[in-house]
Amino acid sequence: MIFDFSPLWISCKTALTTAIITFFLGIGAAWFMSRRKGSFKVFLDAIFTLPMVLPPTVLGFFLLLIFGKNGPFGKLLFAIGIKLIFSWPATVIAATVVAFPLMYKTTCGAFEQIDKNISNAARTLGVSEWRIFWTITIPLAWPGIAAGTVLSFARALGEFGATLMLAGNIPGKTQTIPIAIFFAVEGGDMSTALYWVLIIFLLSLAVIFSTNYWSSHGTRFINSGAKD
Amino acid sequence: MKKSIRLITSSIIASSILLLAGCGKNIVSTSNQLSENKTPTETNVNLTISAAASLKESLEEIKTIYAKEAPSTTLTYNFGSSGTLQQQIEQGANADIFISAAKKQMDTLDSKNLIMKDSRKDFLINDVVLVTPKNSSSITSFNDLTSDKTKIIALGEPKSVPAGEYAEEVFTKLGILDKVKTKVVYGKDVKEVLTWVETGNADAGVVYETDAKVSAKVKVIAVASSDSHKPIVYPAAIIKSSSNVDAAKKFMKFLNDDKARGVFEKYGFKLAQN
Repeated sequence: MIFDFSPLWISCKTALTTAIITFFLGIGAAWFMSRRKGSFKVFLDAIFTLPMVLPPTVLGFFLLLIFGKNGPFGKLLFAIGIKLIFSWPATVIAATVVAFPLMYKTTCGAFEQIDKNISNAARTLGVSEWRIFWTITIPLAWPGIAAGTVLSFARALGEFGATLMLAGNIPGKTQTIPIAIFFAVEGGDMSTALYWVLIIFLLSLAVIFSTNYWSSHGTRFINSGAKD
Repeated sequence: MKKSIRLITSSIIASSILLLAGCGKNIVSTSNQLSENKTPTETNVNLTISAAASLKESLEEIKTIYAKEAPSTTLTYNFGSSGTLQQQIEQGANADIFISAAKKQMDTLDSKNLIMKDSRKDFLINDVVLVTPKNSSSITSFNDLTSDKTKIIALGEPKSVPAGEYAEEVFTKLGILDKVKTKVVYGKDVKEVLTWVETGNADAGVVYETDAKVSAKVKVIAVASSDSHKPIVYPAAIIKSSSNVDAAKKFMKFLNDDKARGVFEKYGFKLAQN
């Protein structure tokens, strides 16, 4: 029997798309929260972090309620002809929801680490907030952002419970590597399961090595000050 | 420095207390069970029964009946797809009795010498049916599954879910398996397939006749003819590694008694001739 490689492509596509989406969403949310103070901020922070604490099956259930045929979003989408459940975009949605808190929290931490004096000094020189964000905040927070991206990619790659509930197990369409492993084991096909475990292990190692290189490249802005 | 050492020590003490409390609870409850026994000759037995998901409702009813018949035996059910349960038993799970929805899983356990061969009995017969959400009207037969009106078909995963295996046999007989496969979403047990059809997330699905009977949200479109699939027979057997063989034998005998048979028939099962 020819080994079906489709879970590899599906997992990669899903994890990459999720990493890109959470990259922007996470940084955006962290930036939004850094400008806020007060009790609403605490409440929002709890909502943003919630998917990290809830079991993936609970998340999958909520997503199914919202996006399913009888749910509020589901009904809207169905009216314009989009059926989200059991489709590839559903894998991205499930993975994004579980990976978002990781990117968000890591980026928040990275932003908080930045010495406020630097950005304040820039403000006294008349630099716009937008320029401060791009030329000061992001470069200084880069190791944290890179770490957050790796974490969300890894989390998206390994997401199982919510994906299974929302996107289902459709070989060639939504069957990601973790789902393929689960059903291979259930069906007694241990060798297939082991091959996939090996593949995902190597894939994760490759991603971590390359992103470590990527983030160390970014710390040159921070470390160069010590050389003076 | 002192403050953090205190913090670490107190958290270690706190977590070990919690852990011990968890272990201690088990010891206390078992000794309570033993001391609560009215009949000193019978010790409280806990029977773990791994049963196919389609047996959920009928076995739950049997539990309440058996509680009166044999009050010293507590039944613990482990429901899942027969493939999942077979895997668990192969990996050493603590089950006393296994009831499968197909011969395949029982045969595998038999070949690996994990069941008591002389305890194996075929005891129920079922049928597979095509179901759709209650208010759907576009599908009227198995062959309608190939039309464009059907977008998503829910089936059990054939390698681990017998309902999925039987469904594939039916589709192969009808010659529509390839077309069906392009629209399939696989569930990990037959109850999941039923839920997808109930919620309308799938346009149609293949479940057991007994599952369709207990659900008010699906309607049966067609029953697969018995010559289109292997006979749907549910074998039951006692696991060799069971430490409660006598209680297990007693329960197996009860399953074949009139009271239990009546319950199964009520839920739509047919009885295998023994």
